[in-house]
Amino acid sequence: MSDTISVTVKVWRQNGPDSPGGFETHPQQISIDASFLEMLDLLNEQLNDRGEEPIVFESDCREGICGTCGVMINGRAHGPQKATATCQLHMREFADGDEIVIEPFRAAGFPVIRDLAVDRSPLDHIIESGGYISVGSGAAPDANLTPVPKDAAEQAFDAAACIGCGACVAACPNSAAQLFTSAKVGHMALLPQGQPERWSRTEAMVDVMETYFGSCTNHGECHEACPKEISLDFIAYLNRDYVRAKVKNRALSGQR
Amino acid sequence: MEPGTTPQPNPTVLDSKVPDGPIADLWENHKFSMNLVNPSNKRKFEVIVVGTGLAGASAAATLGELGYRVKAFTFHDSPRRAHSIAAQGGINAAKNYPNDGDSVHRLFYDTVKGGDYRSREANVHRLAEVSVNIIDQATAQGVPFARDYGGLLDNRSFGGAQVSRTFYARGQTGQQLLLGAYSALMRQVAAGTVELHNRSELLDVVLKDGRACGIVTRDLLSGEVTPHSAHAVVLATGGYGNVYFLSTNAMMCNVTAAWRAHRRGALFANPCYTQIHPTCIPASDDFQSKLTLMSESLRNDGRIWVPSGAGDGRAAGDIPEGERDYYLERKYPAFGNLVPRDVASRNAKTVVDAGHGVGPLNNGVFLDFAAAIERDGHDAIATRYGNLFDMYQRITGENPYTSPMRIYPASHYTMGGLWVDYHLMTNVPGLYAVGEANFSDHGANRLGASALMQGLADGYFVLPYTIGDDLAGLLGDSVVPTDDPVFTAAVAGVEDETGRWLSTNGSRSVDHFHRELGRIVWDNIGMARTESGLRKALSDIPALRDEFHRDVRVLGSADTLNQSLEKAGRVADFFDLAELMARDALEREESCGGHFREEHQTAEGEAQRDDDNFSHVAAWEWNGPDTPQTRHVEELTFDNVALSQRSYK
Ligand SMILES: Cc1cc2nc3c(=O)[nH]c(=O)nc-3n(C[C@H](O)[C@H](O)[C@H](O)COP(=O)(O)OP(=O)(O)OC[C@H]3O[C@@H](n4cnc5c(N)ncnc54)[C@H](O)[C@@H]3O)c2cc1C
Ligand code: SF4
Ligand code: FES
Repeated sequence: MSDTISVTVKVWRQNGPDSPGGFETHPQQISIDASFLEMLDLLNEQLNDRGEEPIVFESDCREGICGTCGVMINGRAHGPQKATATCQLHMREFADGDEIVIEPFRAAGFPVIRDLAVDRSPLDHIIESGGYISVGSGAAPDANLTPVPKDAAEQAFDAAACIGCGACVAACPNSAAQLFTSAKVGHMALLPQGQPERWSRTEAMVDVMETYFGSCTNHGECHEACPKEISLDFIAYLNRDYVRAKVKNRALSGQR
Repeated sequence: MEPGTTPQPNPTVLDSKVPDGPIADLWENHKFSMNLVNPSNKRKFEVIVVGTGLAGASAAATLGELGYRVKAFTFHDSPRRAHSIAAQGGINAAKNYPNDGDSVHRLFYDTVKGGDYRSREANVHRLAEVSVNIIDQATAQGVPFARDYGGLLDNRSFGGAQVSRTFYARGQTGQQLLLGAYSALMRQVAAGTVELHNRSELLDVVLKDGRACGIVTRDLLSGEVTPHSAHAVVLATGGYGNVYFLSTNAMMCNVTAAWRAHRRGALFANPCYTQIHPTCIPASDDFQSKLTLMSESLRNDGRIWVPSGAGDGRAAGDIPEGERDYYLERKYPAFGNLVPRDVASRNAKTVVDAGHGVGPLNNGVFLDFAAAIERDGHDAIATRYGNLFDMYQRITGENPYTSPMRIYPASHYTMGGLWVDYHLMTNVPGLYAVGEANFSDHGANRLGASALMQGLADGYFVLPYTIGDDLAGLLGDSVVPTDDPVFTAAVAGVEDETGRWLSTNGSRSVDHFHRELGRIVWDNIGMARTESGLRKALSDIPALRDEFHRDVRVLGSADTLNQSLEKAGRVADFFDLAELMARDALEREESCGGHFREEHQTAEGEAQRDDDNFSHVAAWEWNGPDTPQTRHVEELTFDNVALSQRSYK
């Protein structure tokens, strides 16, 4: 237990959105039982002791569920371990002597705030444009009034598991947010409760997505990076629904 | 009261404003008797909601739907990130879908009993009543609760309950409920009824003529300090479990919003009621940043044991059956490994303190699945707990299928919080507290799967009614303008404070002091408390606080994202809170729920309440820095649930 490794951390420092950035190099001795973020905590402690400003990085739950953390580690969003958010990564995934390059999520839609922190608020704007089922508090019927086939509920859950971390965007060569958007659209389109607004929701969310993010060309890097392994099938589902939504919404507008 | 503890200027008996009448009809009748704000007048009222976890998001969304003009604040980058997202196990509701004898009354009864008779009956009954609406609401929003093969909602029994009333969404119930509340909130943001302020931290609550009239926030990106006014202010800012430094709470959870309100006059109730969860992964080293909860459900199949001999360094597999102490099964034959959280936690501490701890730091007990795997097979256990086993292995590098897990208790939830009346209003008019931030419904111990229920009950179904009763009386009053001296003074105070941290120029980081504080709190105000330990805490905390204020090093500037600066203010508030926790624990000369005073235990070592002297809520009033706080009380009466001694033998 508690073996220690020596690594060289090359970390991106940038004072603000418009400041130039660059790498800083720090040798680190670290126990393999430490989490990756604890390694950064320790580094920050050392920087602070030396009178240098700590590295800004974000995290909250540190158990892979809130979606707050997320950096590029050796060029990969959330690092080397599959289905693992940055906060769940442990130093035993690295070897003695490794160089670890840490950068912020890089995407046109995610401007750098400082060091490793980026602004992912466009993901909220996509939700705001329609990622909900319109039911006011108190207006809901009894929960068991509408049975939902177990399979449908499970599939909806597979999509709803998205933590909104944005790794899919960072991993995509086009900075597309298709996986994130398809997860939300898929979650609701698979449930009976989501049907009434299905077509308006799909069109609105895709349209807002396109104002912030690039276009999907089916690279599949998003799925590889996704800590929740959201399936690429949801993107296919989204694309199909979007086309149908376009047709339906046009037909509906003719009836207004 | 004991000599030498607390001078108590003008303690008062608090009025909870619970209406009269039979408990089953109270809320229904009260809804009719409250004043209403008519629909076209609602838009004349501005309401500030701070916090967008389950309680805050549900409150802000509902108030927006009703037509109030809402401003919602969170220090997260998105409302979807609140700590609520991490809740795993489930949410209780008295739906009685399994037809196994549950009812509103039973949920009410279980909650009062589980809280060791230290909660307010009327609030708990209301909670049980509206619990059923929460499940309807969440399902309609698209929350993918677990279902059976007929497509109907599935339930399980949780935390030792005798009925199956817990609804769940895989191991991610909090996430799915929060995404539901968040989507409802974003719908109102789109509709223009809610103005959302992300990355904004409340640093002061502002009062005018004794009434809450707004808040002061700091923009965490630009550092700008801004006043905001409203007709009412709602705090939904979560619990203070991170006062222990190590806890299962998210890193950013803190007491600052509640504490700043406290400093402005809101009473802080029962700070010593904290819940220590028995099944968490033990700390692995000094650099540990937080602890991870392993679901309580593991105790259904895992057997808890330690080596019988103290200081036994052998690996689990090398310890023969005869040299193992299954201490819960031995002491509590009826409940065994399923005793309530507080009992399981305390017993783990006892064996570890006696030198039986396991693991490299001797700081855990075994949770062993060997018998279950032999009985049910590897695959059955993998189906039940696969995700949890993977999570454990990812963190520890050990395989729980082949060697037992190591677990140890950790700070998890705080029952104490801002004192509120039946309307969820603090003693400061116009200032409300909902969710974990208030002290309300769980008494001295919270039952599993009841926090999500309470947060959403408060936000969707209670506050939206009660707030109208108060606002109706303010029709025609405009908000206090933000250039009023009360606001400018508060803004100046906040700016002064940030300036002070940056100019202290000490030598140690904020985290260093937080960690040291956490040690004191854990050792003395943790699972078992003694008079001498509490007195030690009362001298150690102020000493460390002085050092903190003298020697903390916060680098950088105030006009940019500066995480050390954010933390400095939060840790400062934790120091003051910790001191109050010790005072509260010292003065509560009894054991109840999560508050265990070693001096007060039964012959069998169980918590011994003193109902004659302590059947009350202690609510503390701030009297200024370095001045002892005043202890007020709210008497608790139990007309519907008979008081009894818990026993799990
Ligand atoms: C690991 C874990 C598992 C749990 N599992 C369960 C479970 O299975 N069932 C159950 O019922 N309960 C569970 N709980 C407890 C439950 O999750 C919490 O009690 C509950 O979610 C708290 O909700 P809340 O809305 O009151 O606060 P939070 O979710 O903590 O939200 C607080 C909000 O306030 C904001 N905030 C705080 N301070 C400020 C400030 N100064 N300025 C601006 N914004 C601020 C934050 O940004 C956030 O939006 C669990 C807790 C933990 C730690
Ligand atoms: S789809 Fe995956 S990678 Fe993208 S935001 Fe969701 S969880 Fe993160
Ligand atoms: S910090 Fe929450 S997902 Fe990593």
